[in-house]
Amino acid sequence: MTDASVFDRAQVRRQRDRAAARLVEHDFLLREVADRLADRLLDLTHRFPLALDLGCHGGEMAEALAGRGGIERLVRCDLSPALAALAGRGGGPVVAADEEALPFAPASFDLVMSNLSLHWVNDLPGALLQIRHILKEDGLFIGAMLGGDTLWELRQCLLEAELEEQGGAGPRISPFADVRDLGGLLQRAGFSLPVVDSDTITVTYGDVMRLFADLRGMGEGNAVAARRKSFSRRATLFRAMALYEERFKTADGRLPATFQVLTMTAWRPHVSQQQPLAPGAGRISLGDALNHPGSSCVFPPP
Amino acid sequence: MSERAVGVDAKLLEILVCPLTKGPLRYDRDAQELISDKAGLAYPIRDGIPIMLPSEARALDQTSA
Repeated sequence: MTDASVFDRAQVRRQRDRAAARLVEHDFLLREVADRLADRLLDLTHRFPLALDLGCHGGEMAEALAGRGGIERLVRCDLSPALAALAGRGGGPVVAADEEALPFAPASFDLVMSNLSLHWVNDLPGALLQIRHILKEDGLFIGAMLGGDTLWELRQCLLEAELEEQGGAGPRISPFADVRDLGGLLQRAGFSLPVVDSDTITVTYGDVMRLFADLRGMGEGNAVAARRKSFSRRATLFRAMALYEERFKTADGRLPATFQVLTMTAWRPHVSQQQPLAPGAGRISLGDALNHPGSSCVFPPP
Repeated sequence: MSERAVGVDAKLLEILVCPLTKGPLRYDRDAQELISDKAGLAYPIRDGIPIMLPSEARALDQTSA
């Protein structure tokens, strides 16, 4: 790991290994987003003979697809060998692999899916480039990752509590990408037809401790390399929890927590895909179309 | 140890490469390892799961067979 790394990948792996044993109690967000990704795939008529689930956690994506989506064979991989084993319990090929150093040959897959895993990658441009390489021509990448508005309520309360109680603050919640970043990165990685959109999922909790338990249970604890390595002080945590209740408690006494999910879809280029025309190749004058009397649009022109 | 001869998926082996060099791998059935000669690393296979993490790989120089 270089000094420039934002995330401590060994810590990401430890947290996921630990989460494997009790993941099913905390995997609702993984399942929800897996369902949404599956819905998008089911809208396509494409066939995907060989697909990869990159960062498969406990295998939620495969369960959401339930053999549908035009996939004939699904390979699943996760940074955590324990999660890979969990995903593979029902059969099918699984691999322990790091999103930052993919162990797959070029042009192997017709489809690469990734459900809530890429937000832990240090070199996202590099990871996207590697994903494009392992896709066949006209292969599809569809990935969901957490975006910048995720847990903003908690982030605000922790920051303020830490400043009050300890006179300084360390990063406790990951930095995330936003929609515009991702569109540019996909394009730079050489994908065609990139689309990025954002969904907000608000989960309500009875108390903040349940939120913490879910985050840990999903293996989503703090793995920012510059995190404070000592335990959080009780006073700081209690203050943050009090602030959370004070500011965000709803009328029915619940605490909302926001998860922003960014979904990327992009294709490995192929000649069969629609291409933009060269500038100056148009045959219809925009001026004529706009000035045509009596109608706002005439196509094809008379 | 490979007392439980959990076969690695043959089709999976066809598409696996060394994550560091992206070069080819040799499958050592007895040792249950995938060997990258170029990187000098042997990736273990545990219970049929290839562990393609450089941090888990055995360096070939140390205990070369």
